Amino acid sequence: MSSRVSSATGSVATRAAAEQGAASATVAAETAAALRAARLALLRDLQLAFRKRSQLVQPLAFFALVTMLFPLAVSPELSRLRAIAPGVLWVAALLASLLALEFLFRDDAHDGTLEQYALSGQSLTWLMFAKTAAHWLLTGVPLALMAPLAALSLGASPAALPGIVASVTVGSVTLSLIGSIGAALTLGIKRSGALLSLLTLPLSLPVLIFGARATELAMHGAPLAAPLELLAALAVLGVTLAPLAAAAAVRISLE
Amino acid sequence: MSNETLEVENLHLWRGDRHVLKGVSFTLAAGACLEVTGPNGSGKTSLLRTLCGLMYPEEGRVLWGGHDVRGDLRAFHTALAYLGHEPPLKADLSARENLHYWIGVRRPLSAAELDTALARVGARTWCERLVRTLSAGQKRRVALAGLALLAVPLWLLDEPTTNLDAEGRRLVGGLIAEQLARGGAVVAAVHHELPPEAGPAGRLELAA
Amino acid sequence: MTWTWFHRLGSPPYVYALAARLTPWFAWPAALLIAGGLWGGLVLAPPDYQQGDGFRIVYVHAPSAWMSLMVYMTMAIAAAIALIWRIKVGHAVAAACAPIGASFTFAALVTGALWGEPMWGTYWEWDPRLTSMLILLFLYLGYMGLRAGLEDTQRADRASALLAVAGSVNVPIIHYSVTWWNSLHQAPSVMRFGKPTMALSMLVPLLMMLAGFTLYFVALLLVRLRGEVLSRERAASWIPEVLKT
Repeated sequence: MSSRVSSATGSVATRAAAEQGAASATVAAETAAALRAARLALLRDLQLAFRKRSQLVQPLAFFALVTMLFPLAVSPELSRLRAIAPGVLWVAALLASLLALEFLFRDDAHDGTLEQYALSGQSLTWLMFAKTAAHWLLTGVPLALMAPLAALSLGASPAALPGIVASVTVGSVTLSLIGSIGAALTLGIKRSGALLSLLTLPLSLPVLIFGARATELAMHGAPLAAPLELLAALAVLGVTLAPLAAAAAVRISLE
Repeated sequence: MSNETLEVENLHLWRGDRHVLKGVSFTLAAGACLEVTGPNGSGKTSLLRTLCGLMYPEEGRVLWGGHDVRGDLRAFHTALAYLGHEPPLKADLSARENLHYWIGVRRPLSAAELDTALARVGARTWCERLVRTLSAGQKRRVALAGLALLAVPLWLLDEPTTNLDAEGRRLVGGLIAEQLARGGAVVAAVHHELPPEAGPAGRLELAA
Repeated sequence: MTWTWFHRLGSPPYVYALAARLTPWFAWPAALLIAGGLWGGLVLAPPDYQQGDGFRIVYVHAPSAWMSLMVYMTMAIAAAIALIWRIKVGHAVAAACAPIGASFTFAALVTGALWGEPMWGTYWEWDPRLTSMLILLFLYLGYMGLRAGLEDTQRADRASALLAVAGSVNVPIIHYSVTWWNSLHQAPSVMRFGKPTMALSMLVPLLMMLAGFTLYFVALLLVRLRGEVLSRERAASWIPEVLKT
């Protein structure tokens, strides 16, 4: 008698365990599917960008051009340029990143890709994350690689360059993430450039402040861990929240 | 294929001042096809977009297999394919690459499957060309190849025969007939009638 | 049901009538408090021993600055409620808030600059408080710009609501980073409120002004809300009936 009871509870327990196992298996399968979809979305954007190289080069040329304006407008003396170099670099990077944002969702909204993403049965948040990651790889990383050249031309010493690259790399992650929200919100507005900057720039100020500070410290040869960590904290916060907001904004734009 | 029923109860949709959907109701069993007709601006596209959950109706609900689709929109989306006015294709990718990414985001896809679908719509010879060089009818065919690859229970099609020649229209009819034979359901917004190959279909007329 | 009041707030005619009924209950106390606060602050309170009569602008500046933040929070909360529970009146409230908040922010900036002249000898100082206020003004302008840019009211409502919520997450971060930035570049700000040494005869009028401004905002919001509801429901049948009376 007692053995029957125990075997019955045993079977209940195993069934519960099996159900739990099945549930965690479906969660795992869903995550795998979401990651696979996100990978494809990322690859698609990269492939498209390399088919349209002019869009890729324009923000970089813009960055170089803005940096060049300052010696012409202020003074060619490296000592004076050095004093304003961190600010110049970051303002130029901010504007260049903003310039590329207009293309982030515009074509996808136009040809119905966003609609298909929203209806794909995959997590739109992950897909937005993938698109933002592509944007960062195509603008943030090239900007970080170009920043040393710009910094040298403004009088930075070679020793400062690793710190500058690190700060632009980390900071541009947040810029792309904040930008993705702004770009998704302004979908469907015809001439959205000015509005996009009005929405995005105030939210990007913390990145500008910490990034410029990190660059300044790097140029003085001082330890720059504190602002760099703050930049990283912003990036982590952005990674967790921005794709959610961008996905919600895309859904609103499709309504 | 699961035998789910699509039930639509009293949908009302407002866009600003305009009452677009005025109490639309219908039931669509598995294996059945519904033609939605009506003049321009009568809300055919809005109805399809409301059905798939892109638009949020002021009143009424959509049930799939007896459950309100708002409860688990993502599960519902895995069961449906929506094809809008414009084929969702990238001008700077080839027809083949487009399908690889578009369908691939939804499910794993083998190269052989892709070939079969492309051959089916007669795209064999031009599937490596960039979509920007294709005609409107060819683009539509690529979209149909995508549809053929999505063997999901519910198809929502907005003007599926636009820009297609007689052979293309027969192709649409054949695809719909196959979907119905599998036990899938189809809702199609059309100006004219669906091609005869699609078989008999219910009709829903929207007033302007 | 205890929730009926909440659902009734979703009904535009009810909200319209309620707003009309409540407005005087906020407007009159606001007028009295502001009049009393101004009398107390500009006439009764003694001049500051350092700043003389110049400090009296605090009676407009501080309440305006306080309102600029409070209106933003009200707007974000209304937007969040409207977004989550799909309550359209929430969108109307948020839309009505934005121009009021922008005006308060602008007033705070102008009075801050005017106060800066006697205090710092310059109309504009990159003081963290003023800088944050300026950024807040841009947040308001962005919100109103997005609203104006989207033609479809429903989309404009929902997109701007999302922006308000995203902005409210960012406001503390922006404020913190601006304070941090400021602490690097200059000595801590000279402007301080709420010093324990502030005389009671100075403090009481200030508190009256704060309360008065808050009530004034609510009254203004109710008036603007009626306008918003009217323009959104212009096709509805209840409007001619209401306007007749």
